[in-house]
Amino acid sequence: MSQEFPPTPKEATPRAMHDMGGVSKFMCLKVDTEPHALSEFDKQVDAIRQILGDRALMSTDELRRGIEAIPEADYHRLSYYQRWLRSIAATLLGKGVLTEAELRAALEAP
Amino acid sequence: MNLLEADSDRLLAAVRALLAAKGIMDAGEIAARVRATDEATPAQGARMVAKAWTDQAFCRLMLADGTRAAEALGIPMRGLPPLGVLANTPDLHHLVVCTLCSCYPRAVLGYPPFWYKSAAYRARAVRDPRGLLAEWGTVLPSGVTLTVVDSTAEYRWMVLPLRPAGTEGWSEPRLAALVREGDMIGVTIPAISATRSGPAC
Amino acid sequence: MRLASGTVVRVRDDWPETRGPCHIRTPHYLRGESGSVLRHLGDFPNPEEAAFARPAPLCPLYHVRFDQPALWGEGAPGDAVVVELFGHWLEATP
Repeated sequence: MSQEFPPTPKEATPRAMHDMGGVSKFMCLKVDTEPHALSEFDKQVDAIRQILGDRALMSTDELRRGIEAIPEADYHRLSYYQRWLRSIAATLLGKGVLTEAELRAALEAP
Repeated sequence: MNLLEADSDRLLAAVRALLAAKGIMDAGEIAARVRATDEATPAQGARMVAKAWTDQAFCRLMLADGTRAAEALGIPMRGLPPLGVLANTPDLHHLVVCTLCSCYPRAVLGYPPFWYKSAAYRARAVRDPRGLLAEWGTVLPSGVTLTVVDSTAEYRWMVLPLRPAGTEGWSEPRLAALVREGDMIGVTIPAISATRSGPAC
Repeated sequence: MRLASGTVVRVRDDWPETRGPCHIRTPHYLRGESGSVLRHLGDFPNPEEAAFARPAPLCPLYHVRFDQPALWGEGAPGDAVVVELFGHWLEATP
């Protein structure tokens, strides 16, 4: 890209890493405008989030906040819906809907 | 090991199993919700646009209360975020983004496209919107200003694009078939000579 | 006190991110910037509280218009960025 987009003073710390408007390190990225179909994983995570919202167990605001709390390196490494799942699990653990012991057992199950 | 760092497929299986064991939701409900969500596609929004182009009263309703306009066309909106509609004019073009996450008018456009959720889109839309539009080959006519709407809070926003020249007398379904997903976000402009893009999802 | 359409406002140059875990829907690029209120969009539960499952009082939400080139020091004249901002982030300037 021929145009330069220098860092702005406001984009430095303490800006939260998900707050991406105009952030210089992303300004020269090309946009992949191709359609990419959602996987079964993606659609199931999306559906789970919707149902949790309907059941008043987790709100959109909590989902967003949980995503924002993901460490920056993981945030960029994880796919969009992997971030959602991580936020869902963290939020449900934090609220006691699931316990760590339960989740550990379920992860260790064959 | 931090449980949250588990492999995502294993984490999904574990969460599903626990939610079912606790009677919160089972596989059947999840599958039903997936099917229901698949029903929302850009065709819904395109129907609204086509009707607004041909029916002045509906156009006024759509601009005043997008939610009620969607409901008037049978699109379920109850419990969903309010829908705002941004009218393009010959002098003004709108572009929708969510720089903080990916808020998108899902009820009328379906799942947000991959590009809408990307760091590139979220960063560039507010700082270099015209450069961003060029990724789709979109160049605004001279004299047209651009307003970028950053969806930061409660509303979900869609664009009501300009009706293309040469469509006088067209039926609503024929007009709706012209309107693409990108036209209702503002990255493209509908025209009768525009190349059709691939499937919506 | 409701902000009327046309009121010139400044976004508070505040950074709650420095004070601990938070959830803020005011983009960084607007902090300290001036814009004008387009309209009141309604009153909604404060997401800054709702995100932590705390009681979330209804707060007024406004659509606020910012001159786009002024935000970045470059851009096309007449271009704008319009953003939903909660009233407690806005100070009316005389």
